[in-house]
Amino acid sequence: MQRLCLIKKYAVVTALMLVCLSVLNGCHGREGLEAFQIPEFFDTSREYEITFWAKNDTNKTQTAIYEKAIEDFQRLYPNITVNLRLYTDYGKIYNDVITNIATATTPNVCITYPDHIATYLTGTNLVVPLDELSADAKFGLGGSEMKFDSPRMEEIIPQFLDECTIDGHHYALPYMRSTEACYINKTYVEKLGYALPDTLTWDFIWEVSEAAMEKDEDGNFKLNGQKVMIPFIYKSTDNMMIQMLRQKHAGYSSEEGEILLFNDTTKELLSDIAAHAKSGAFSTFKISSYPANFLNAGQCLFAIDSTAGATWMGTDAPLSDISEDKLARFETSVMAVPQFEPANPQMISQGPSVCIFNKEEPQEVMASWLFAQYLLSNEVQTAYAQTEGYVPVTIKAQESDEYKDYLSRCGEDNALYYDVKIQAAKLLLKNIDNTFVTPVFVGSASLRDAAGQLIENTVKSVKRGQQVDAAYVEGLYGDISSLYRLDQIGIQNMRVGSQRQELGKLPPTALLLLWSLAAAWVGIIVYAVWSKSRNRQSRS
Amino acid sequence: MKKLISSLLVLALAFACAGCGSKGGDDGADVKSEGVMTYEEYMAAELNSEVVIEAYVQAKQSWWENQATVYAQDKDGAYFLYNMACSEEDYDKLTPGTKIKVTGYKSEWSGEIEITDATFEIGEGNFVAEAEDVTSLLASDELINHQNKFVSFKGLTVEAAGQDESGNDVAFLYNWDGSGQDGDDLYFNVSLDGNTYTFTVESYLCDNTTDVYAAVKGLQIGDTIDMEGFLYWYEGVNPHITSLTVK
Repeated sequence: MQRLCLIKKYAVVTALMLVCLSVLNGCHGREGLEAFQIPEFFDTSREYEITFWAKNDTNKTQTAIYEKAIEDFQRLYPNITVNLRLYTDYGKIYNDVITNIATATTPNVCITYPDHIATYLTGTNLVVPLDELSADAKFGLGGSEMKFDSPRMEEIIPQFLDECTIDGHHYALPYMRSTEACYINKTYVEKLGYALPDTLTWDFIWEVSEAAMEKDEDGNFKLNGQKVMIPFIYKSTDNMMIQMLRQKHAGYSSEEGEILLFNDTTKELLSDIAAHAKSGAFSTFKISSYPANFLNAGQCLFAIDSTAGATWMGTDAPLSDISEDKLARFETSVMAVPQFEPANPQMISQGPSVCIFNKEEPQEVMASWLFAQYLLSNEVQTAYAQTEGYVPVTIKAQESDEYKDYLSRCGEDNALYYDVKIQAAKLLLKNIDNTFVTPVFVGSASLRDAAGQLIENTVKSVKRGQQVDAAYVEGLYGDISSLYRLDQIGIQNMRVGSQRQELGKLPPTALLLLWSLAAAWVGIIVYAVWSKSRNRQSRS
Repeated sequence: MKKLISSLLVLALAFACAGCGSKGGDDGADVKSEGVMTYEEYMAAELNSEVVIEAYVQAKQSWWENQATVYAQDKDGAYFLYNMACSEEDYDKLTPGTKIKVTGYKSEWSGEIEITDATFEIGEGNFVAEAEDVTSLLASDELINHQNKFVSFKGLTVEAAGQDESGNDVAFLYNWDGSGQDGDDLYFNVSLDGNTYTFTVESYLCDNTTDVYAAVKGLQIGDTIDMEGFLYWYEGVNPHITSLTVK
C-alpha cells in the first residue's frame, strides 16, 4: 500500500539526471535558460497560471491547508492561478522534476530537499537563486509592495534558512521543519524494570530491547504475551546512520562532496546493529513495516520516526493503520533520538523547503516568488505546523499568540491537541541548536540513500543467516558504493574541490603579471607626483 | 469412413491436449522443475529463507530502476514478487501467463507474504488463472490461505468511504483518508453480512486511465457490485481490484 509509493529507490537517478540535463541544455542551446532578472515591477494586468508541487504526509488536513492557502492567495492576487499537484513522497517529486526538466515542464514552485536542488543545479539557470529576490525592497521578504504580511529575512529561523544555502546562495526557503523522535512504550519499559533516563542513549535502547526478547515456554514474548515483538524499529535508516556518525564525530562526507561514509566507525556501527538484528531486537521499516503499527499493537518499545509522523504514534493516535482489536493500551513517551554523548546531543534537521524553477518569462517567476513567500505567512505556517509534529520556520509564527496557545493546550483532546504530536513539536523547538544537516552537493542524495542501505542490507543479511564480519562489510562497501555510483561522485567532487583549491594558488606567470601591473601603477603615481611637484616649482 | 472419423477424433483429442498444455499442463498440480519448491513447500518455508518457485505472471504492478513488482500464481497458490531484479526489456516479456522461475527470499511486510531480493528466468509454459470466488470466505480466517490469488467477490454493497468537505458521505476516497487527487490510489468500503471491508484500486496496478479506476469513481453508496482483483494484504485483507461491475 503506502510502502509501494515510499520504497522507491533512486540509486541511479543522479546519473540519469545528468544525462537529462545535458539533453535539456542541448534543447535550450548550450547556455540553457537565461538567468532570471528581477523585473522593474510586477505586471498585475496579466494573467499567470503557475503549478505548485507539494508534499503531504498522507494527511487530509494538510491537503486542505494547501488548498486554503491557494484560495487565500488567489484572493489577494486574482491574476495568479495556482494549480496544486500533491505527492506523498519526496523521492517521487524528485523523480518527476527530473523527468520534467528534460521536457522543460518543471513546476513553478516545488516542495523539495536541498539535496535534490543540488542535482537540479547541474542544469543551467534551472533553479532561481533567491538572494536578490529576498532582498528586493518592493517584492522581497517583507517587501513594501507585498499584499500580505510577508516575513522579513531576519524573521526566518537562521539555522533553517542556512540549510537552503548551496555554494553561498539561497536556492530555497524553508517551509516546515521536523526532526526525528523516539516514541516509547513507557509502560513496557517500566514493566521490564527500567526507568527512562533524561537523555536516551544507544546503550540504554539496546539493553532494554534485548531484555524484551525473553520468551515463555509457549514461545510467546513474556512482555506482551504475543508471538510478535520487535523492540526497536527505525523508520529512516539513512538518518540512523547519519546521526550515529555525527554523534561519533566520524566521517560521512566533506563539505566539498568527498565521500567519507565507508570508514571504520561505520564498520563498528554495522557490527553492533547486526548483533541486535540477529537476536530479533532490531528491525527497520523497509524490512518489517511502519514502526507505528508495531508500537500501537504493543509489539515494539522504541519506534523512531519523524516528528512529522507523531499523529500515528500511541494508543490514542488520531491516525492508525491497525484495527481496534489489535490496539494495545500503554503510556507513550516522546524523547530525542538516542545519543552517544548525552551532554552533546545531535539530531537531524529535516522537513520540506520550497524552491522556484526558472521560466522564460520573468513575470511568471515573480508570480511564483509571491506564492512561495505566501507559504511563509503566519496563516499558513501556524496552520500547517499544527497538522503534525512540525514547527514553523519563522520567528513571527513561532511567537504568534495562535501558535503559543496551540502549544499550551497539549493533551486537551486526541485530535488537534494530541499530546504526542505537540510533545514532538516541543522536542524540536527545545533542540533547534542541537540540530544539524549534512553537506549538500551533486550526489548527496545518493550518499544519503547509500548510508541507509548499509543498514538495510546488514539487517537483511543477518536475518537470512549470513555471516556479518569484516569481510562482509568490505564487500558491502564495494557493492553500495558501486550501486549508488559513489565512487564516481566522490572523484568528480574531489576534482571540483581540488580545482577550487587551485584557484587560490596563482601560477607564477599570473603572479609576475600582477607584480608588473603593480609596479607600473607605482611608477605612474611616482611620475605624477614628481611632475606636479615640478609644475609647482616652476609657477613659484 | 470409420477410419477417417477415428483419425479425426484422435487428431481433435491431440489438439485439445495441446491446447490444455498451453494453458499450463494438465488439470492436476504443477509439475515443478528440479530444485523448485511446490506451493506447499513454499508456504512451509521459514521467513527470511531462500526460496525457489515456478509460477505464471498474472499481473504486473510496477517497474522502476530495474526492479519489477509482479503478481504470480501457479495452480496451487499465489506469490507476490516485490521489487524483483528485472530489466526493462525483460519486463516487457512478462505478459500474463508467462512462466517464470524465481529465486529470492521469503519475507513478510505488514502481513503480506512476499518474495524479495529475487531474480528470475523465463521458462516454457503458460497459465492464466481464473478468478476464484472467495466471497464466502471474506469473514473467515481461511481467507489468508488465498493471499495474492486472483479472486472474485460477488454481490457486495458499497458503503460510505468518508465525507467530503461539505460533510456529505462519499463512495470513494483518493488515498485512504481523502488526502489525494485523481491518479492516486482509490479506497472504498463494501459490506457483506454486516461486515465492512476496505478495497483499493492500486494506482500502479490500475492507473486512472483504466476501466476499473473509472468504475470506482462512478460508484454510488448502496450499489451492489461484483469485483475481481488480487488478494493483497496490509494489516488485514486489502484487495487490489482490477475490474468492477455494478449490478
